[in-house]
Order: sequence, then structure tokens, then C-alpha cells
Amino acid sequence: MPNFFYEVHFYLFGLIAIASALAFVTRKSPVAAALWLVNTMASLAALYAMLEAHFISVIQVLVYAGAIMVVFLFVIMLLNLGHPSDLADARGRWGKLLAGLLGLALLAQVMALAGTRLPEPFTPGGDYDPNVVRELGAVGSVAQPLFNEYLLAFELTSVLLLVAIVGAVVIGRRRRIDAR
Amino acid sequence: MLAESLALSAVLFTIGAVGVLVRRNAIIIFMCVELMLNAVNLSFIALSKVYGMAGQVFVVFVMTVAAAEAAVGLAIIIAIFRHRQTVNLGNINLLKG
Repeated sequence: MPNFFYEVHFYLFGLIAIASALAFVTRKSPVAAALWLVNTMASLAALYAMLEAHFISVIQVLVYAGAIMVVFLFVIMLLNLGHPSDLADARGRWGKLLAGLLGLALLAQVMALAGTRLPEPFTPGGDYDPNVVRELGAVGSVAQPLFNEYLLAFELTSVLLLVAIVGAVVIGRRRRIDAR
Repeated sequence: MLAESLALSAVLFTIGAVGVLVRRNAIIIFMCVELMLNAVNLSFIALSKVYGMAGQVFVVFVMTVAAAEAAVGLAIIIAIFRHRQTVNLGNINLLKG
């Protein structure tokens, strides 16, 4: 089923994601780093669409590349951090070397884990059925388990968001000196 | 495409982890954490084709937690910046012995 056209674009977007992530980590300026991260997330959204998760792909663009990164850029602008800092941002040579070695070790471990034989699906083919996806649509096939089996977790998510909103407002509020 | 997706996810996660170790700017470290969350999301999506739609549901939850974490974390960074006039983690060493 995956034809040549599909594979070329899969590898293309994968390479774009890796290159953008590398550029993101190495940029000095926070604004440039944030924009490279947006590029990574956009190519990941393309990969999601190719892996037949269309709804997640749209949400990735809207929520991650749209909302979350705008908040990051807004804070960078608010604190006036757009210029590369004159202080050394990256750690010294030994720190970089150590981080590189740790990264290689981590990569080897995760690759070994990804290369092992995966366990058999609990039900043959899982409950991923192209016919069901075609019948319910891209949104309905995600909403079906979300509002049936995972309804409690979904409701708890609303509590988490409320706590996060209140916490962000309380922490970020500017206190008057004479208030205490 | 499952093996390729998992390998790409591993590479992206490692880049994010190395970024957390190397950089000292608190905002960039936060963005590295977001990159690691995205790498895990890619694993979820790739495995959801084999193991069922639960993977995509979990991606929705991960995104929610990421949004909450970004809001609270950036508020903390702003509060720290008001006190210390810096987001460089090398200068925020109140707990250093």
C-alpha cells in the first residue's frame, strides 16, 4: 500500500523535522529557536496526516504550532529576550561533550527498544478499522473512544486545565509591594 | 512505516534531551521539553495504527497537559524574571550549596 510517492514524502518530512530540531537546539536567539521549533511541529503535523491521524494533525497545527508557540513567543517579547544573550547561553566544552555522550547513549537505548519485536495486538488489528474510520470520519473515530472509554480522564482534564489557569494567573500576577 | 516513525521519534526525543542538558536559557529548555513531548506523540500516532485508536486519544491528553504545563511554566519564568532580571539558569542558584 505505501507506494514510492508516499515513502519519498515520509522521508522528506522526517528529514525536515530532524534538521529543524537540530537548528532549533543550536540557535542562539530565542526567537529563531522558537520559529525553527514551529517548523518541526508543522512537519510533524504532515507526518501525522500521512499516518492517517487527520484530526490530530489539524490539532497539532492549531494547538501546538498556533497557540502554545504563540505563548512562548509572547513571553520572549514581553521579557525582551529576542536578542542573543551576551552571557554564555550554552554550557562549556566539557558540558557539551558530556551532553553529547549522554544523548548518544540515550539514542542507542531508545533505538534498541524501538528495534525489538513489538508485542502482538491485544485484539487482532486493534480496534483500528479503516471501515469504521471511513464511517465515523476523522473526528468521530477519535471522539468515539474519547467520550466512551476515556470519559473520566476527559473530565479530569477539565479540572487540570482549570487548575493551570488559576495557577498561571496567581503566579504571574504583579504583586503590589505595600500589599503585604 | 512503523519502524521509521519510531526511529524518528527516538531521534527527536534525543535532540530534545540534549537541548535540555546543553542550553541555559529557561525558555529554550521549556521548548526542548515541548519537542520531547512531540516526539512521544509521534510514537503514539505510529502505534495507534497497530494497537487501536487509544493512541490518538492519548495524544489529545498529552497536548492538554503540554498546554497546561506551558501556561504555568511561563508564568513561573515571568515571576523569576521580575525578581532576578534574568532567565539564565546559571544565575538562578539560590538552592546551590
